[in-house]
Amino acid sequence: MSETHSETVAYVRETMLPPEPPPLAETGAIKWLRENLFSGPLNIALTFVGLGIVWLVVSTVGPWLSHSVWNAGSMAECRQIIAQTWGEGATGACFALIKHRWNQFLFGFYPQALYWRPVLAFGLLFLALAPVLFSESTKARRVVLGLSLALTFVFAALLGAPMGALLGMAVLMLLWAALIETRPRWSLLASLAYPFIAVWLLWGGSLWSEAMVLAGFCLGFVVWRLLAARFGLLAFALAVMATAAWWLLLAGPLASVLAGVLPLRLRPVSSDQFGGFVLSITIGVAGIALSLPLGVILALARRSDLPVIKLLAVMFIEFIRGVPLITLLFVASLLLNYFLPPGTNFDIILRVIIMVTLFAAAYMAEVIRGGLAALPKGQYEAADALGLDYWKAQRLIVLPQALKISIPGIVSTFIGMFKDTTLVVFVGLFDPLKAMADTIRASFEWKGAYWEPYIFVGAIFFILCFGMSRYSMYLERRLKRDHH
Amino acid sequence: MTTRTTAIPAASDEAAIEIVKLNKWYGTFHVLRDIDLVVGKGERIVIAGPSGSGKSTLIRCINRLEEHQSGKIIVDGTELTHDLKNIDKVRSEVGMVFQHFNLFPHLTILENCTLAPIWVRKIPKREAEETAMHFLTKVKIPEQAHKYPGQLSGGQQQRVAIARALCMRPRIMLFDEPTSALDPEMIKEVLDTMIELAEDGMTMLCVTHEMGFAQAVAHRVIFMDQGQIVEQNTPKEFFNNPRSERTKLFLSQILGH
Repeated sequence: MSETHSETVAYVRETMLPPEPPPLAETGAIKWLRENLFSGPLNIALTFVGLGIVWLVVSTVGPWLSHSVWNAGSMAECRQIIAQTWGEGATGACFALIKHRWNQFLFGFYPQALYWRPVLAFGLLFLALAPVLFSESTKARRVVLGLSLALTFVFAALLGAPMGALLGMAVLMLLWAALIETRPRWSLLASLAYPFIAVWLLWGGSLWSEAMVLAGFCLGFVVWRLLAARFGLLAFALAVMATAAWWLLLAGPLASVLAGVLPLRLRPVSSDQFGGFVLSITIGVAGIALSLPLGVILALARRSDLPVIKLLAVMFIEFIRGVPLITLLFVASLLLNYFLPPGTNFDIILRVIIMVTLFAAAYMAEVIRGGLAALPKGQYEAADALGLDYWKAQRLIVLPQALKISIPGIVSTFIGMFKDTTLVVFVGLFDPLKAMADTIRASFEWKGAYWEPYIFVGAIFFILCFGMSRYSMYLERRLKRDHH
Repeated sequence: MTTRTTAIPAASDEAAIEIVKLNKWYGTFHVLRDIDLVVGKGERIVIAGPSGSGKSTLIRCINRLEEHQSGKIIVDGTELTHDLKNIDKVRSEVGMVFQHFNLFPHLTILENCTLAPIWVRKIPKREAEETAMHFLTKVKIPEQAHKYPGQLSGGQQQRVAIARALCMRPRIMLFDEPTSALDPEMIKEVLDTMIELAEDGMTMLCVTHEMGFAQAVAHRVIFMDQGQIVEQNTPKEFFNNPRSERTKLFLSQILGH
């Protein structure tokens, strides 16, 4: 063929070449080793240094882990067992501490008989989230629903939930799961009600007070929907006023009347009994759920054409980001007491949640602003040209794409915030890492345990954060819209 | 280039768009200078000119993607001012097709076409989908309705963009260099779609360098340079007898090879 080509300029291909597989490249372990570990003098040296470090770590930590003791009543007993089995001077981990005190790491000083309540709240969290997080895949949603149903029930039973509670729980969860599978849209309403159920389960008291708070929100929403068409922004103000009036004037008396008719009471648990992962997850989940919408609003405000709104957003974001979280927590625990009228009972956990939310929202706003800026201008123009107004364009065109771009950043912020919940130790709350570990170490039996609590708490944090990270990768894959 | 000679309806005397003494600046740069233009109902105008002459800016002013600083723009009896209601009204009656298609990549083709009818015109979903399928059939890609824009070729995407604009049942269509971003092989399919639209009597303003298209469907060709209308005429006169030197130079450059 090539000869033909060199002789004459005119050339017509008669058959098209079929595609062929690429040549078999040399593969295998040797090639990989040579290319990645021993490709030059520097890399050879670094490989050996690396191997040395790995050896050092393994030779120190390995025996410590393999000598670990799981059955002992105290630190002294642990050491005795290790010395007996592995000889004098051997070191070993004493995980018996975890076996003894796991409940305090998880539940703090929550009353032992009521452990099933946080467990149920945690299980229901997945029911509330499933229709939102796994709306794209029926299979994944069913797996999550099934697992959370089964695990919640088993753990609640193991932790000594009373028979009646177990029964009610099973009925509630099965009904809810059925609702999710048959009427996914309606189940979102149940998801919206979840925070109130969770608060009731965690803190106890009368269900009617939570129901009245929820009713206030519903009232505000109804007022806004009815008046929005005629009054615009004024309708929003009226809705806020109606909600506030409801809470201040009617909610209290009505709640006590209803409680008199049908008492739905759980034993109250006060905020200072919270601790460990119950506390961390409560603050973390609330902060995550609240900081995302707040962050979206702040990001939109910062890109607003209205100078006042833009200025307010910039000031808020820059101020909050410029201050360490601990400062905000101190403000929550100390300063607010001076400003609030004396005798006000403003729950410390609620105060911390507000501060953590504000803090995470400022970061979230910047992450989302990055996503907004990454959208091509043409998307905004196409939305405008079709006659979509600002809010519709944001909701239908801009945010779905901007949030999708921002998923890695958003989840990073979530993970960072969740780990930051351990900082509540500075305002006297019992976080799992420092406060609970110190409390346990302060006991006579477990004096001298150093690494074990940190390893245990670190492992749980890792599982939860890794889970979030994997979910974000799953979501990114799911939302991919080209080349499939 | 398609040279179909089907009866293309003529323009009426009623005005669809009236532009009076339109001026616009980008900062201190005077992009549009004293533009006067009346577009009749059913009239098809092709706007040509060198890059930077303000032709895109002019049609983008007509649906207020760009704000003008002085002069009047009246679209279908509604004057464009700062009143957001008027702007939304004009936008829902004026369809626009962009150089880079600007389809919504997170929505399917069908959802791209039904979004605005459902949310702006408040048409029930099923009816909006029927309309969308009607127009997708018209632009000859009904079978792609459930794919995403990223899975379509440039020419197909641009035809979807035309269908999307048509789903709002606009009275006026604006085209901002609809074929400039396309491979040569795909230009024809888009131009054919536009010619069909012309046969239906749609009022069209089209910024383009496709002079064959101008000759086939335009009632009037407008030549712009430095923010001003330099010459306008029927396509026949415009191409055969250009009057200004600037027009002659432009035509010799784009037709000369």
